[in-house]
Amino acid sequence: MNIEQFLYHEARLLDTQQLEAWLDLFTDDAVYWVPLERDQKDAAETSSIVHDDRTLLGLRVQQARHPRAHARLPLARTVHQVSNIVVVEESGETLRVASTLGLIEWRQEKQRVWGALVEHQLRRANGGFRIARKRVDLVNSEAELDGIAILF
Amino acid sequence: MAANEQLAMLVQPDRVHRSVYADPAIFELEMERLFGRAWLLLGHASQARAPGDYFTTRMGREPVIVVRRDDGEIGVLVNRCMHRGSTVCAEGRGHVERFVCPYHGWSYDRGGELRFVPIAAGYAKQDLANLRLKAIPRVSVYRGFIFASLAASGPALEEFLGPAISSFDDFVDRAPGGELEVAGGVFKHAYNGNWKLMLENHLDGVHPAYVHASSIAVARAAPEPGTPGAEHYFDIAVRQMRQNGAPEALWESIGLWTTPRGHGWLGDYHTDKRLTGGEEHPVYKQYRKALISKCGEAEAERILGVTRWNTIIYPNCSFMSQFRQLRIIHPLAVDRSVVYTYSFRMRDAPQQMFRDTVAFANVVNGTASWVLTDDLEVYERIQRGFASGAVEWAYVGRGHGADVDEPGGTRRGASGTSEVFIRAQMGAWLDYMTQQ
Repeated sequence: MNIEQFLYHEARLLDTQQLEAWLDLFTDDAVYWVPLERDQKDAAETSSIVHDDRTLLGLRVQQARHPRAHARLPLARTVHQVSNIVVVEESGETLRVASTLGLIEWRQEKQRVWGALVEHQLRRANGGFRIARKRVDLVNSEAELDGIAILF
Repeated sequence: MAANEQLAMLVQPDRVHRSVYADPAIFELEMERLFGRAWLLLGHASQARAPGDYFTTRMGREPVIVVRRDDGEIGVLVNRCMHRGSTVCAEGRGHVERFVCPYHGWSYDRGGELRFVPIAAGYAKQDLANLRLKAIPRVSVYRGFIFASLAASGPALEEFLGPAISSFDDFVDRAPGGELEVAGGVFKHAYNGNWKLMLENHLDGVHPAYVHASSIAVARAAPEPGTPGAEHYFDIAVRQMRQNGAPEALWESIGLWTTPRGHGWLGDYHTDKRLTGGEEHPVYKQYRKALISKCGEAEAERILGVTRWNTIIYPNCSFMSQFRQLRIIHPLAVDRSVVYTYSFRMRDAPQQMFRDTVAFANVVNGTASWVLTDDLEVYERIQRGFASGAVEWAYVGRGHGADVDEPGGTRRGASGTSEVFIRAQMGAWLDYMTQQ
């Protein structure tokens, strides 16, 4: 699988709500990060919209499946549009890949459009890739936002 | 609408009329009579330390600038040029020498005085002499917390806070360096619901088991918290979410106090002592030592013995000392509100305690967190329900008739799950709304 196909595959898992399969794309030491601030460097002493290690990300997926997850029942329907894919760096088995994300979200008569600069750190594994790190910089991360119960 | 007799009919001892949450005319009246009169918390002195430092915020719907003036005091100015009405200051925070209007270059000093008007010859001098940025009439700072009132007269801040002032003391006293500072970023979350819904939720000890059922369940399935030195980043989150599922008897026992102006606080329901009194944890030991060296052992024990969860300062603030979070709610419309969530660093406390504050904010209070998102969903559902005219009243009678008036002016709920706080908030609401 090439890089583009992998990123499209990831987006399709999210858009078809195969969240457990999406989670399996991540390595055990993965970090999934949606910073709160523009150009944010630090996640320990500055808050993040999402700053999950693999365990927390797993809990996030579990919550989405809980029968009383009020904000997630039903899950929002989404379209993740991934484009502008550029390999920023490649060293050994690790690649840094930049892309842009356009996302349409709809749930209970609320429709939102998101835009983000995304960076994946991918590791080659078994002829494909695993995600070691994913950073999603929303263009409006500092805005006044309604609750977020989707995955970017 | 708006005759006082009519307003008085909307708030009864154990029920509230839906229009208090859903009628746009009542919302307009609230902006005038409630947000136009009460002390509103605007922020913290650490957000504007040096002369010229400022941040923008709202008082009700008024855009204001909070600025450290040249005399070192805090001033609050309406963010609107006297000429053509543009805001004179960009939203956010920063540092200025002058507030310069982008439209025609009128410039105002940090106290709001008009200092320069381009091509001034075209104006009558005496007209310009009377113009300055409108200053908010009353500003008062209590232990670093900046309050202001749009009303020229009214009770002093200390009188307004009443017994709830002790929650600010609790918050600040805990800092070994004697000071707090805003740090770590601001979450700004919005919802399609009335502003009162948040304030009524934060002292509600029954809702966590139901609203937060899903996050309690996943937290229970999560790995156990690590031992000292081997903690996970998420331990604090998991502990908090698990504790939302505490047994009913615990919620009943934690204590719940209100004041006549609608303020209130809930006793802490976290038996987990990692942050608040985990005597054996190295970070806690270090913290306690720092506190003792500041104020002595007896005083440190007194400070650490205070266990409060949320405190509500009616009508625009909610905060907690244990995890050092403060929220300011801005009403935008009868069915639209936005909440700014701030984290605080305690001066001279161990670094790890602020890291825990950030982790807590992310997983509990963040816009995409496990916990807050379910609260927001429920606020919106309540608003949809109250929008219906088919049913008129909301029943808030839990514990009614058993509230206990205490010396010192507090009213205590018969149990930690009493709805006494809603009754107190609505009592204060009615006072503001019908005051002449």
